[in-house]
Parts: sequence; structure tokens; C-alpha cells
Amino acid sequence: MNRYTVAVLVRNQFGVLNRVTSMFRRRQFNIDALTVSETESPDLSRITVLFDGEPSMKRQLVDQLYKLPDVCSIHELDAENTVSSELLLIKMENDPVTRSDIRAAAEAYEARTLDYTRDAIVMQITGESRRIDDFINLMRDYKILEICRTGVVSLERGSTTIRRDTRL
Amino acid sequence: MILSGADIVVRTLIEQGCEVVFGYPGGQIINVYDSLYKYQDELRHVLTAHEQGAAHAADGYARATGKPGVVFATSGPGATNLVTGIATAFLDSIPMIAITGNVMNAQIGTDSFQEIDITGITLPITKHNYFIGAIEQLADTIREAFRLAVSGRPGPVLIDIPKDIQQAKCDYEPQPPVTPDERFPAKDVRIEQAAECINKAERPFLYFGGGLLSSEAQDELLEMAERIDAPIGCSMMGLSGIPSGHPRFLGMQGMHGHYACSMAMHHADCIIALGVRFNDRVTGNRAKFAPNAKIVHIDVDGSELFKTVSATHGLRGDLRLTLQKLLPLLRQTRRPTWQDMVERFQTEEAGQRDLRDGLTPRNAMRALDAHLGENTPVVTDVGQHQMWAAQNLSFRRPRRFISSGGLGTMGFGLGAAIGAQMGTGEHTVLVIGDGGFGMCLNEMATAVSQRIPVVILVLNNGVLGMVRQWQTLFFDKHYSNTVLDRKTDFVRLAEAFGAKGEAVADLPGLDAAMGRAFAENGPYLIDCAISRDEFVLPMLPPGGSMDDIIVKVGD
Ligand SMILES: Cc1ncc(C[n+]2csc(CCOP(=O)(O)OP(=O)(O)O)c2C)c(N)n1
Ligand SMILES: [Mg+2]
Repeated sequence: MNRYTVAVLVRNQFGVLNRVTSMFRRRQFNIDALTVSETESPDLSRITVLFDGEPSMKRQLVDQLYKLPDVCSIHELDAENTVSSELLLIKMENDPVTRSDIRAAAEAYEARTLDYTRDAIVMQITGESRRIDDFINLMRDYKILEICRTGVVSLERGSTTIRRDTRL
Repeated sequence: MILSGADIVVRTLIEQGCEVVFGYPGGQIINVYDSLYKYQDELRHVLTAHEQGAAHAADGYARATGKPGVVFATSGPGATNLVTGIATAFLDSIPMIAITGNVMNAQIGTDSFQEIDITGITLPITKHNYFIGAIEQLADTIREAFRLAVSGRPGPVLIDIPKDIQQAKCDYEPQPPVTPDERFPAKDVRIEQAAECINKAERPFLYFGGGLLSSEAQDELLEMAERIDAPIGCSMMGLSGIPSGHPRFLGMQGMHGHYACSMAMHHADCIIALGVRFNDRVTGNRAKFAPNAKIVHIDVDGSELFKTVSATHGLRGDLRLTLQKLLPLLRQTRRPTWQDMVERFQTEEAGQRDLRDGLTPRNAMRALDAHLGENTPVVTDVGQHQMWAAQNLSFRRPRRFISSGGLGTMGFGLGAAIGAQMGTGEHTVLVIGDGGFGMCLNEMATAVSQRIPVVILVLNNGVLGMVRQWQTLFFDKHYSNTVLDRKTDFVRLAEAFGAKGEAVADLPGLDAAMGRAFAENGPYLIDCAISRDEFVLPMLPPGGSMDDIIVKVGD
């Protein structure tokens, strides 16, 4: 099993995400995370797919994506050469007993506090998924009220862009 | 010029070269039908008995002509009735344009009367589909649908048009018919690698499917076979791709394929696979499939190349263009040892032949074969009769064997035969089982009203023969719900529809009936009684390999 990050530019049209995810579902691709985002062009959206599987499955996934008319460009991001990031919002119980430990961890991870009330603390961190996993693990020692994470977005280092293969 | 959306639909179809539409009207597509009335001299519409029949007719038309078949249906039940027909076309990569009406845009999403999310429903069974949100997109979307349906690997496209779009007005300027996307050959390096692999082979085998027909690569295939001295086989979808009588042709591969063909494929050390997708009905147990063969796989759809059978060399590209580049790289060779081996397989096959007299399935097919013209389209339904037709009939022209392969849709036959007849203008033959005829006999009404010259040969065994065969072989003869204990009199049924028909009980009777049927300028049904205990042989049991092949029952 390998982990792949595939970036897909799609026509920014109603229902495109459904077409892509419906294909993943019916062909039973094991998708780990999927994000949709705006791009530098209003005509295009970018879907970032995190996928675990054998190389043959990855190939099949790319080939099947290629067949969707709304897909303009597909690019497999090279893990060595990619910067990735995601964002986490986490709401912790604000208990006087654990408060200082939580704050210490938050400080170590450079988490920002977005909301602070008598009963709860809402924090935000960004970074690579590993870092976010680690932070959540730390927080499990206390009472987590709610978690929401965006899923990962990725760009290749340097000036290369995935638009070079765009076929619109 | 300013036209209504409904007029734009009809005018754009005419502009794109569409000659006939199959369909069924209803409230949410009534405006388009009003335009059909207006343009009836330019665009023919065939009213079927059921939308499924219309979809199969459009499909049959497309299979026989290579041009997209067009089907209309209203919203809700009209649209859902198309689903099996669209899926049938999708699984066999047949170009089709399905146009459905829907409720007004303002009512979409409110579960209004006969509203159905047909773009959602057909998402997995269309190459692409469209919901028209603005009339300005209408004409160009239809054009794009035509282009998509025939480009690359063909397939069905659906366009859902809300009623208010049909009523709205917009400027329309006619445009020339779209051209399919440019075809491209596989990459040179891949072609060179493939050539090297083929040149090293001692026992090459050429194996083609439906892709050969859509790419029209027959000539290149035959030239290649000559050059490398290879036998040729095909999948069921490839049948009629090259003349059945070609000396290198071993017939069809697969679960009920010809023995010599399956054997040659099994023993080949290099399979050159052209426009096929190695379906499980073809390969059986994939781990034991062609164990010694390197596979050179060429297909316009790259996702097929490593999907089920991992090719040694996968070449994405148009077949004809790729073969044209591959041919000069291939060494001219003679392979007497390999040819001897193939001949031995053929002799073995001849020894297994069913030589019984009387109205056996094989004899019935041979009798039919004698009546087939060079251009006669033969349409089948799904079941034992389909396999007997595929095994025993000979075809001389491409697109003359029309059958539901990938989806295996019972009830495909009569609608598809009507479409194939209208597309070709040829007297058409339908070979169908008694079970499947029960699923589409309503279209007898259409065949009569359209005066479709079609010989309907019902191989009447009184059972769901194909399922029963499995029950005999794999379920201890537990004939659960496969005996059709019916009293349907097919001849009187045909007469009730206004067609002619007769029942036959022996071989000379069948031959004579066939003569009368081909002389009739309209549908003519032959109710041909055969034994319920016939088998389709040989048979590779599902998931089995060549070691498990059944050539005689009782083995
Ligand atoms: C719509 C549909 N339902 C069920 C099947 C499963 N099926 C395949 S062959 C067959 C029997 C067909 O019987 P008949 O039409 O009498 O043909 P025969 O096999 O007897 O020649 C059945 C039920 C199918 N292929 N399609
Ligand atoms: Mg039957």
C-alpha cells in the first residue's frame, strides 16, 4: 500500500464533485481525504485526492478520472516535492483542572485560540496532517467536544503548476 | 433566428444529421413533440410501445450504422423506463443521445409531479449527462453530446431539458455537424516495445472486440495476421468485425466460445488484444487465463489496459492509427508449428460438433444461415439462443451481429431489431428466446405500425434455457422458476398484433417458413419448438479455466 496525492483540475460546474465521488464510490477506490477548492481561475476547481492503494489501483484511478469530461487536468503529486497543509478546528472542554495543560500543548503547537468561554476553548492549527494527528492525540487526554478538519491541500514546490496539462 | 427551446432541440438534431428519433411523449416533453409535428418532413419520429423499446431501438440503430441513435422520453416514469436501454448501450460502448423532458426549473428539487433526478440516476451509466439550466446552452450542449457520444470510446449521453427551457426563446444559428475528436495513435515508444514483443513471439494470437468495429481497423488487423502468421479470435462484441469465413478466423472466445479459439488463446505466448476489455465472461479465472502469454493490449480507453488483466504492453490510442504504425515494425514470418497446433485444435473442435439430425439448435441456426444475405443484420436477445446464434451464424459485413454483450439485457431484441432495420433498410432477423420475447413483445405493435421487415425466430424451448442450463450443471437440476408453464400462442399473438406468423416443428418446415418470412414486407414470427434439454457447449464454468472446459454434457 502506498499513499498518493492526486490533484485534479475540474470544470467549475454544478455537480462535478458528485461525478468524481460517484465514480470513486462505484469503483470502490479507497479515498482517504478529498478537498475541493477554488483556484486561480474562476472556470476551474481543484480537487485534491488522498488515496491509499497499490500502484495498479492508482493508475486505474487516474485513468478513470481522465474519462470524465469535466476533468481538465490530473497530476500526481510527488511526495518528496510537495508542500501540503490542512487546517484543524478543535473545541475543548474548559475545565480549570486541565486548562493549563491544554494551553501548554497549544503553545507548543502554535495553536491559535479563536474562542474562549467559561466552558469551552476553540483552537485552530494548520500544518501537515501528521502534525494535526499528533495534536489531536495529545488532546485526547482531555475532553474533546468537537473536531473539524479541512482535509489536505497540496502544491508542488518551485514554479511548476498542474495547469500545464490542462485541456479545456 | 429566434426559436423556442423545443424547436432548437429538433433543429439541432436535424443539423447534426439525425434522421430518426425513437420515443414516447408526455407532459414534460410535449413542447418538443409539438416541434416534431412542425418539422415532421425533416425528422422522423417512431412511437414505440414502451420507452425501453425506444432506447433499445436507438441502440440497435447505432450498432447497425455507427451513428448515434436518438431517443426521447418524458420526465419521471418515461425517463426511468430508459434506464435499462441506456445501461445496455453504456456497457457495450454504443453512441446514443437520450433526451428527456423535466419539470420547470422553478419546480426542480420539490418532488413535483413526475419529477425525477434522471441525471443523478444515469450518472454511472452514461458517458456524460447534462441538465439544461439556461436556454442559451441548449444547442451547443446537444452538439457537444453528439461529439462526446462518438469520440474516443463511444457511449450514451443524456440531456435533461426542463419544460420552461423548451418554451423559452433564444437565437439559433444552424451549424455544421460536429466532427469527432481527433484520433491519435499510441506513443511511438510503446509501439516499438509492442513490436519487439510480437516479433519475439512464437505463438501470437490476435484477439479483437467491439473496439475494432468502432475504429474500423479490419484491414489493418487482417494485414497484421498475414504478416505475423497468426490466428484470429474475437469476443462476442467483435463478431461480424471480420468475415466469419476468413481462413484465419477461429471464432468467438469466452464462456461459450469456439473450442479452437479458446485453445489457441490459452496456448498463445503473445496475445495481441485489440479493442477488448477482458470481461470475466471472456477470461474465466483470471489467474489461469492464458498462463504463458504476454499481452499487448491496444485500446482507445487507457483505463482498460491494466484493469482486469495486466497487460505486458498497454497502448492507449486509436486502433487503426496505432496498427498502421505498428505494422511496418513487424517481421514477416511463417509459423508452421503454431499453425499445425491451431489446426489440431480445429480438428478437435470438429470432432465435438453436434451432428444430430432434426430440429436441434445448431441445425436451426444453419437453416437460418442459408437465408442470410451479405448485409442481413442479425439481432439476438439474451440466453441460449443468443449463444447458438453467435456460434453458428456467419457474418460477412461489420455491424451485422447485434447483441447485448456487457449488460446481457433480456428484452433487448425486438426494439434493437426495429432500430437496426431502420438504420440499414435491410430485411432483419431477430433470434430470440420465449422468455425474452415475453419481455419485449409489446414492440410487435411498433414493428407492425412501422411495417418493419423482420423475421422473428423464437427458439421456443418452454424454459429460461440459459438459467436452466446452470441449474442442470451446478444446482442438481433444481429447476427453480425456469420452466415457463405458459399457454402463450406466439403465432396467434403475432396475428393479434396484426403481424403474420407460423409455428414449425421440423427442419424442412423451418426452412420453408423462413422463405415465406423473408418474402413478407413486415414482421413475420416463426415459433420454432426446440427441446428444453439442449445445452450451449462448450462451456467454461464461471470462474473456471481451460482445464474445466465442458465440451459434452456427461463429461
Ligand atoms: C432482464 C434480464 N433478466 C434476467 C436475466 C437472466 N437471464 C439470462 S438468460 C435467461 C434466460 C433466457 O430465457 P429465454 O429468453 O427463453 O432464452 P433461452 O435461454 O431459453 O434461449 C435469463 C433469465 C437477464 N439476462 N436479463
Ligand atoms: Mg427459452
